[in-house]
Amino acid sequence: MDWEVKIETKLKDGILDPQGKAVKTGLKSLGYNNVESVHVGKYLELVLENIEQKNKAAKMVEEMCDKLLANPVIEDYSYHIKEMEG
Amino acid sequence: MKAGVVTFPGSNCDADVFHVLKNIFNIDTKMIWYKDKNIKGYDLIVLPGGFSYGDYLRSGAIARFAKVMDPIIDFAEKGGLVLGICNGFQILLESNLLPGAMKVNDNLKFVCKNTVLTVINNKTPFTNQCEKSAAIEMPVAHGEGNYYIDKEGLKELNENNQIILKYKNKKVNPNGSINNIAGICNKERNVFGLMPHPERCSEPLITPGKSDGYNIFSSIISFINKRGGKIAK
Repeated sequence: MDWEVKIETKLKDGILDPQGKAVKTGLKSLGYNNVESVHVGKYLELVLENIEQKNKAAKMVEEMCDKLLANPVIEDYSYHIKEMEG
Repeated sequence: MKAGVVTFPGSNCDADVFHVLKNIFNIDTKMIWYKDKNIKGYDLIVLPGGFSYGDYLRSGAIARFAKVMDPIIDFAEKGGLVLGICNGFQILLESNLLPGAMKVNDNLKFVCKNTVLTVINNKTPFTNQCEKSAAIEMPVAHGEGNYYIDKEGLKELNENNQIILKYKNKKVNPNGSINNIAGICNKERNVFGLMPHPERCSEPLITPGKSDGYNIFSSIISFINKRGGKIAK
């Protein structure tokens, strides 16, 4: 089975995010005064092929995030896995 | 003494470091290709500045998995001296040879200018020719030099005197790094990472009267000569 994986990484809560802060200032200056906070992160899409079980795919994704895609010192990650259609 | 300077795809200060070691200090220096696995016989390995792998994902994140890195990690763990400058510092953090991580600069800008630094610890292989508490000048050129480490980590750095260089004060800190940190070493004192570029200020031709980078390299050479050219462990 093939899997479509969507991964998001962002700075951990409590770590000052300079990009998020700048974007927040920009949104406020456009008049969006309801914006309380902004975090800028990264978004990655992967396709994994020939893995039979979803939990195996999940385990692989977590391994990839821990080793390379996220830096555990400053970043958290989350992901969604969906079976590829057709 | 033999020194090696690693070239990753996107390194751009490798030739500068090579020039300083080879032509200013007359050290037997070789370039090391990022795919090389054989790094035997070296006393010093330098990871130079630049933009390895285009800084994609995070600075240094992909270079950490270049073939040359496992032997370098092994070399460091055996007590070999490793110097990481700018992107090299970022690679050392990604390799866990040094603690902490880099964030995007506070002001979101690529900062390229001279900075005033304070030598916090001069009892290391990398700063033994510097005066303690001396104000020195070195240029920086980076977009991700905002050093971060959590509270516990910072406490440990302080307790073990691992903070070697700081920007003189908050005002001249070019990137917003925690506690104005500009360079740290590991507990064992054989791995040093710094954001400023000592290789860009090591000769009067380029930086007349202010060649403070010279003392970083002369410290390393003096340390290795005293040690007798043998790895500590």
